[in-house]
Amino acid sequence: MDKVIVAQDLSLSYSNNETIINKANFSIDSGSFIFITGASGSGKSTLLKSLYGSLKAKQGSLIVGGVELRGVTTSKLNFLRRHIGIVFQDYKLVKEWTIEKNIMLPLIINGYEKGVTQNQVDSLLKHVRLKHQAGKYPLELSGGEQQRVAMARALAHNPILILADEPTGNLDDYSSQLIWNLLEGANEQLNTTVIVVTHNIPRNLNVDYKHYNIEYGSIHEVL
Amino acid sequence: MKSFKNHFSLVIALVSILFSIQIFAIVDRTMDAYKENLANNYSIIIISQKKLQDKEIIDVNDLIKSVTELSADNVIERLNSGITEKNKELLKLTLPKFYKLTLTEYPSPKQIEKLRENLLKIKSITKIEDFSHNHDTTYKLLVLFKTVVFVFALVVFVVTTLLIFKELRIWQFKHNERMSIMALFGAPIWLRSAVLFRLAIVDAIIAGVITFGLFVYIASEPLIIEQFENLSINIIIFDIVNDAVTLFSASITLSIILALMIVIGHKEEV
Repeated sequence: MDKVIVAQDLSLSYSNNETIINKANFSIDSGSFIFITGASGSGKSTLLKSLYGSLKAKQGSLIVGGVELRGVTTSKLNFLRRHIGIVFQDYKLVKEWTIEKNIMLPLIINGYEKGVTQNQVDSLLKHVRLKHQAGKYPLELSGGEQQRVAMARALAHNPILILADEPTGNLDDYSSQLIWNLLEGANEQLNTTVIVVTHNIPRNLNVDYKHYNIEYGSIHEVL
Repeated sequence: MKSFKNHFSLVIALVSILFSIQIFAIVDRTMDAYKENLANNYSIIIISQKKLQDKEIIDVNDLIKSVTELSADNVIERLNSGITEKNKELLKLTLPKFYKLTLTEYPSPKQIEKLRENLLKIKSITKIEDFSHNHDTTYKLLVLFKTVVFVFALVVFVVTTLLIFKELRIWQFKHNERMSIMALFGAPIWLRSAVLFRLAIVDAIIAGVITFGLFVYIASEPLIIEQFENLSINIIIFDIVNDAVTLFSASITLSIILALMIVIGHKEEV
């Protein structure tokens, strides 16, 4: 099976030089569903940031989608990010854009035609049950609704990899279930690799998944 | 309303800068016209023992525009107390020659001094009347006016620079988040900055149109025109073609520089 992520002796740290992840070795198969857990401050979100190139490796090698992220050029990083869908804990929606335009963002960046873009956005809005709110701005929506918009945006361009940081952290059951359904659907139907950083793994998941735990800077698979 | 607010702050800053630019253009033109008026009304009288050729005098200094020989008839008429025609002719021959010099521009005291030195090199010239006292007073007033305008220009420059920097900070704050989000989804820099540049150009055009309208109105206002007429100054207050090109170019250049500074100063949020 193809590897979508390969990390070798990967060490991560912020500018204060405190090592967050220490010489981690792991690889993730294409099309797999991964949960990463760990205590607060253990480095879950830090690891995720390194996977989309916002945090450079201090040591070791990190290859995502065939792109070595250590010393990666801006154009290569942009190219990689166009094939990744990211769901942030704080949603990161553009406040001055309607939710429809927010969902369109990755499609515009990837150069999709207008007609295709509109159909895709309409379909996603239906999936996240926000069709009637298409013209609203993010701040006019609840937290749960904003997270559903963020999820729709992450799925819009059919990415090869979805990175989700606490996607259901503060959501009600209804929104949480919708999010899990969408992630499961992308994984099963489109063979998208899904990596979710979370505190709690949902019990009623219908996909096979792998579970990694971060503790004291090390990453271990929980069997 | 939201869109209006987005445009308002930069448009106001740009309008104030464009307004200052046009005011300086008007002041500059007024000063030039005023100096030309002064130069036209100012002349130097020289007295020579013998007749001089115009070219001989003009070649002395570039500042000399024209030479007019003053007739001695008026002087002789005043002395007319039983002098015969023959004696009058004789007197005419013995009287020195008077010449009036007009200048190409209103000279500084230094230029007058230099001119005086050059003229005195012609041996036959015995006296030069440059009305230096009156000239000095007018010249000092002109220099004072220029200094005041320069100080005013400096103050406006400082204030508008501060306005632009304040605007820059607001724009950085406003656009950084969107640009960072777009970067996280792999948008190339031109796409991240497209909204910013579009907004900058639209605002520049709005500011240009407002300033254009304002000066078209000012230039046609009878009260303003009357003020210039009272000073015998005839200038173009607002040149619809050249000034408009200057204003729009300045406006677009400024806002593009502003947008570029934001793009260059943009740091991706981690």
